[in-house]
Amino acid sequence: MKRWALYISRRLLYMAVTLWLIITATFLLMSLLPGSPYNYRDQLSQAQIDILDQKYGLNQPLAVRYVTYLRNILHGDFGISLQFSDQPITKLLANRVGPSMRLGLQAVAFGTVVGTILGVIAAMRQNTWIDTFSSLFAIIGRSTPNFVVAVILQFTFAVSLKLLPIGLWKDGFRSTILPTLALSISPMADAARFIRTEMVEVLGSDYIELARAKGMSETRLAFTHGLRNALIPLVTIIGPMTVSLMTGSLVVENIFAIPGIGEQFTKSILSNDYYTIMAVTILYSSLLLAVIFVMDVLYQVIDPRVRVEADA
Amino acid sequence: MSDRHAAGNRNSSNRLEVRELSVSFSTYLGVVRAVRGVSFDLRQGETMALVGESGSGKTVTCRAVMRLLAKNASLDSGSISLDGTDLLKLNRREMRDVRGNDVAMIFQDPMTSLNPTMKIGRQIGEAVRLHNNVSRAKAKSRALELLDLVGIEDPARRYHQYPHQFSGGQRQRVVIAIALACDPKVLIADEPTTALDVTMQAQILDLFKELKRRTGASILFVTHDLGVVANVADRVAVMYAGRIVEIGTSDEIFYDPRHPYTWGLLSSLPALAQDGRLYAIPGAPPDLIYPPTGDAFAPRNEYALAIDDLAEPPLIRVTPTHYAATWLLDPRAPAVEPPPEVARRQRLYADRQVNI
Repeated sequence: MKRWALYISRRLLYMAVTLWLIITATFLLMSLLPGSPYNYRDQLSQAQIDILDQKYGLNQPLAVRYVTYLRNILHGDFGISLQFSDQPITKLLANRVGPSMRLGLQAVAFGTVVGTILGVIAAMRQNTWIDTFSSLFAIIGRSTPNFVVAVILQFTFAVSLKLLPIGLWKDGFRSTILPTLALSISPMADAARFIRTEMVEVLGSDYIELARAKGMSETRLAFTHGLRNALIPLVTIIGPMTVSLMTGSLVVENIFAIPGIGEQFTKSILSNDYYTIMAVTILYSSLLLAVIFVMDVLYQVIDPRVRVEADA
Repeated sequence: MSDRHAAGNRNSSNRLEVRELSVSFSTYLGVVRAVRGVSFDLRQGETMALVGESGSGKTVTCRAVMRLLAKNASLDSGSISLDGTDLLKLNRREMRDVRGNDVAMIFQDPMTSLNPTMKIGRQIGEAVRLHNNVSRAKAKSRALELLDLVGIEDPARRYHQYPHQFSGGQRQRVVIAIALACDPKVLIADEPTTALDVTMQAQILDLFKELKRRTGASILFVTHDLGVVANVADRVAVMYAGRIVEIGTSDEIFYDPRHPYTWGLLSSLPALAQDGRLYAIPGAPPDLIYPPTGDAFAPRNEYALAIDDLAEPPLIRVTPTHYAATWLLDPRAPAVEPPPEVARRQRLYADRQVNI
């Protein structure tokens, strides 16, 4: 247990350092962005610009602004949006993080679970019609953009069958079903493909043969002995997949009119909304770092050979 | 020919009776006849070794008993009965009840036979619980008992460890513990020492001898190493090209072999090498997609007779326990002098028989 505590605290320290490097790099790069946060800058007089710069602290030297910014975020103050009527950014994003994260997590969870089951069945029924069907599904799912799937789902379930809301974020869970399905197609296809390949190999291994020799049924050995070993490579792709889905898919969010952060991010970059860009970058990086950390811990749970502790 | 089925009547002391077993595999190149009419008995509490070079059909024979053959395999004919029940007639469910319960198997490579992501205690306990309706606690105490039985020290601690925390020899002990979980009537060991280094081999062989004494299981011990056989087996069956070419007690095979292939195997044992040169049987085993009409060993056999190209020799009786499939045993065959080392052993054996 002590080793675990040490391991986790060391990892957290590394994460903090990484995050600091990302913040610094983004801050410097952003200052090199052409243009300014003010619309119609040409029509503003120098005096007006000076007043605005003073108001937002942009007249200070870069180094001073950087130190001020760091001090502020340590106190949880991410500044105000230059674009959206001086709203605090935390408040602006807080309303948008929820829907994006919820959709992302639901999509990853649903997609990988269903994909894994498909993959295992395909591997167990290798070279039969079930296997062919599952592979075909994986290829189609992987190569169809999720906004196409989104529109098809909307047409089928909202327009024709009138079972579910077509968009917006008003009906609680019911509004999340269609966007979740649309987003889950690609993780589902990826998981099915990955698990099938791994499972075929695992099912041919000696320890599976030994489990058969114990008198275990095929289904039981596939799920108790096979799956755990086949899951290891899947863990690698699940992490980044989760982050990219949690931080929002711009197109899918737009199609379903969901107030997520994907849309917010694009807007802030286009309008040089410095502090919003910073905040979204920090959010994205923190999520990615957290997910990588969780993945590393998961590896150790799944595969005892990479565990930090030598003995129990 | 009648002698071939000399052991054919069901005998109550026989645990396992394999009769005229034929197994083939369909491959892209054609149908490989891997096992071509193998018959043998395994008696209660007896250890029988199945010896032969790679591709002689020994592993396929074992896997046929477990009904764990690859998907492209086909059981063409024959029967395998365990205490009178033909295993080849059981359905999948019934066969699962036999596997690991009545018949257990130990595999060749202990480094890959254990699930790397599961604690060894659970892997043993699972084998117990698959065939016995017992609580987890009961399965655990049985697993600890088994670990102790196979010579793993400090079972209580080792129970919670993973395979990578065990050495090759220890892992093979764990695999043996799994096989013994349900007190099997028949234990099939498919080259259990081949992947181990020499000192480990000796220890595992000692373990087998001890287990035989303590558990009373019948053991079918597959190996390509005659040196290993001498150590553990009561009886030996020598396989070549998918057939048993000679079968007898250990003494009969080691001191009075009659088949030229057995002569070759014995002459190629390092301990018997004359003038520092290691003997090797010339040539390679035949293509089993197109098995030869006559004696499959004839092309490599310096003692081959003209008839060997025309007709396959049946197993001819030497003693009630000893049979060899060679025309040299036919009354019409010319007398031949076996290789010097074999002749020396035969003289030794003859003397001993007289003295006793």
